[in-house]
Amino acid sequence: MKAKILTGTHYMLGDHACAEGAIAAGCRFFAGYPITPSTEIAEWIAIRLPLFGGIYIQMEDEIASITALIGASCGGVKSMTATSGPGYSLMVEGIGLAVMLEVPCVIVNVQRGAPSTGLPTLVGQGDVMQARWGSHGDYEIIALSPNSCQEMFDLTIKAFNLSEKYRVPVTILTDEAVGHLREKVVIPPEEEIEIINREKPKVPPEEYWPYVPGENLVPPMAIAGEGYYVHMTGLTHDERGYPDITGEAHEKLVRRLIDKIQKNKKDIIEYEEVMIDDAEIVVVSFGITARAALKAVKEARKKGIKAGLFRLITIWPFPEERIAEISKKIEKFVVAEINQGQVRREVERARLNNVPVIGVHKLGGELITPDEILEGIWKKQN
Amino acid sequence: MEKTKLMEKKVHPLEEYFRKERLPHIWCSGCGLGIAMTSFLYAIKELEIPKEKVAVISGIGCSGRVAGYVKMDSYHTTHGRPIPFATGLKLAKPDLYVVVFSGDGDIAAIGGNHLIHAARRNMDMVVICVNNFNYGMTGGQFGPTTPLEAITTTTPYGNFEYPFNLPHLAYSSGATFVARWTVLHAYQLRQSIKKALLRKGFSFIEVISPCPTGFGRPNKIGEAIDEMRYYMENSVIKNGIDPKEAELSFRGKIVVGEFVEEERPSYLEIYQKFLKEKGIEK
Amino acid sequence: MEKTNSKGFWRKPLDLDKIERQRGIVYIDEELCKGCTFCIEFCPGQVLEKKDKLNSKGYHPPYVKYPEKCTGCGFCERVCPEFAIVVEKEFVK
Repeated sequence: MKAKILTGTHYMLGDHACAEGAIAAGCRFFAGYPITPSTEIAEWIAIRLPLFGGIYIQMEDEIASITALIGASCGGVKSMTATSGPGYSLMVEGIGLAVMLEVPCVIVNVQRGAPSTGLPTLVGQGDVMQARWGSHGDYEIIALSPNSCQEMFDLTIKAFNLSEKYRVPVTILTDEAVGHLREKVVIPPEEEIEIINREKPKVPPEEYWPYVPGENLVPPMAIAGEGYYVHMTGLTHDERGYPDITGEAHEKLVRRLIDKIQKNKKDIIEYEEVMIDDAEIVVVSFGITARAALKAVKEARKKGIKAGLFRLITIWPFPEERIAEISKKIEKFVVAEINQGQVRREVERARLNNVPVIGVHKLGGELITPDEILEGIWKKQN
Repeated sequence: MEKTKLMEKKVHPLEEYFRKERLPHIWCSGCGLGIAMTSFLYAIKELEIPKEKVAVISGIGCSGRVAGYVKMDSYHTTHGRPIPFATGLKLAKPDLYVVVFSGDGDIAAIGGNHLIHAARRNMDMVVICVNNFNYGMTGGQFGPTTPLEAITTTTPYGNFEYPFNLPHLAYSSGATFVARWTVLHAYQLRQSIKKALLRKGFSFIEVISPCPTGFGRPNKIGEAIDEMRYYMENSVIKNGIDPKEAELSFRGKIVVGEFVEEERPSYLEIYQKFLKEKGIEK
Repeated sequence: MEKTNSKGFWRKPLDLDKIERQRGIVYIDEELCKGCTFCIEFCPGQVLEKKDKLNSKGYHPPYVKYPEKCTGCGFCERVCPEFAIVVEKEFVK
């Protein structure tokens, strides 16, 4: 009997919804290492993935996990891993390799209290900058932030689609609170789920060069075992894939890797705006904190304050143009996040007219309450 | 009468297996990597394995550059990570012949953990570890296979550390085919590679290579030809012995041979068998 | 100089004319050679020798000094690290 995705309405754990989303998106390889609070993703996948003909392997460490993902993706199989802060710190080397080789893969980071071992079982949102700049050098990646179990399912599918379309590793920056939440999740029938696959080469092997970009700056990808004899290297390379250790080749290659994401921002960036049009104070938030922010905004409106919510769904690339646009008409921003100000810095960088940006921060372990955000809305300055 | 002719008129028998436009390669005069690579390519040719079914994965270092010269699907990954990469690729496409070609530092130092776990799982792959007793690409620093007392750029007073016995390490971690040859034993090396390619499970072949630049000169062994003469005079073929006894000492004997050839279900075989027993078909 | 056994005869097989012996023709790409001298040193018949001429990289490539001694074993081709030697086998009487 052929295995099917769990179409229907469920009361599901966030981590499980993420795993089911991966399977629905076509993921057939998972290499991971258990780490609280992402272990439930691995456990669900270990049960479900073999039913679909996929492989779950528990590698010896996170570095082996991310490298095995890249290997499997080079073999044409959609692959994913799930980890938390300490594991992500180990994976950044592999993420750099995936960026350079232009290999699609998905990494779920269920954030927890940090730094170091920190608070393994409690919430945090402090890996935002690491998702952007974790690996060495200049590069661009995509990071998504779900705030509900339903989004854990939907955004995982979107993550796979984006990674295949742009040949870039995509991080799902969720947090322990959403990961360990149980909520209603509606899973549509398989036919209604939109799946994007990587573009295959359109020319025969003799004419194929692995890194000749298409119109959207993404080269079609040939996988191993099909006669294309690709050579992929982490060294700076030219369009044939051969190492070319010169400044010129580096400028050409890394510029394209950056432009690949920057020039396609309109397609990639997604956000949710609630009551923004006439707002004078806009609360910017993401993940579990955005739910408290929504409540705070509604309470503020009841008290007559024109507040609005800007929820980041795509954290990276950051929607700086939209923030700049909003900043022209408002009095101030309030940024609520369970870290020291990682997204606040981005808002400060993007906003115009020196509009004040108030931060509502906690460092980890506890959620930010709507009252705390309301206080931020009333505050005049930091 | 001279019978030497220039090769414009002659095609090398391995021509279709390497990227001729990238020759001459970057390795030093006297480096054994060229011999290891040709032995590997001859093995592929003689077994008549179709090129598109072979994937070569390498790490960082002089040995890591092999991937760039073979005309097959090849991947030049980060330092120490060719083995997990090969694991992922093999599991994604089980019908590929996955070969890891890398150096002693890449596989036994930074990649040591991956080596022992892949061997433990008896993961289906062939690992060819070219051992030149130092980190050649970065200028000749010592590594986990550098013999005691050897001089390298970071052991100017002699190496204080004991080296690995790589066949012993691979075997005790669970490898089911273990061999060691020098590049002088080009014929036997080719035969071992052929055997390894055709079998399932984890195969580990250590290839001892001269490195005149990084190892031969600082240790006053001489040129590459002197290192090769040393191999000729001091290597002893002992097939089938326990790898623990395959000694490799500085200025001593070099024991080579095919040490271990065992049959044990490989990772993929166990995986498929267990799933089948539970009624899950691929 | 003829070899003789203890009885003073040079023992020659009667069908020597009909036997074919394998021999090799060695093709050397002088520009690819990096002068490692592995082929010269390890040829079983000591057939190759260093040339006086230098190639464009400054190495002395080999040349076949004793072509009649070459048996076409192909070891030079196998032990060359540079893909610079090709050995073709032929049969001569």
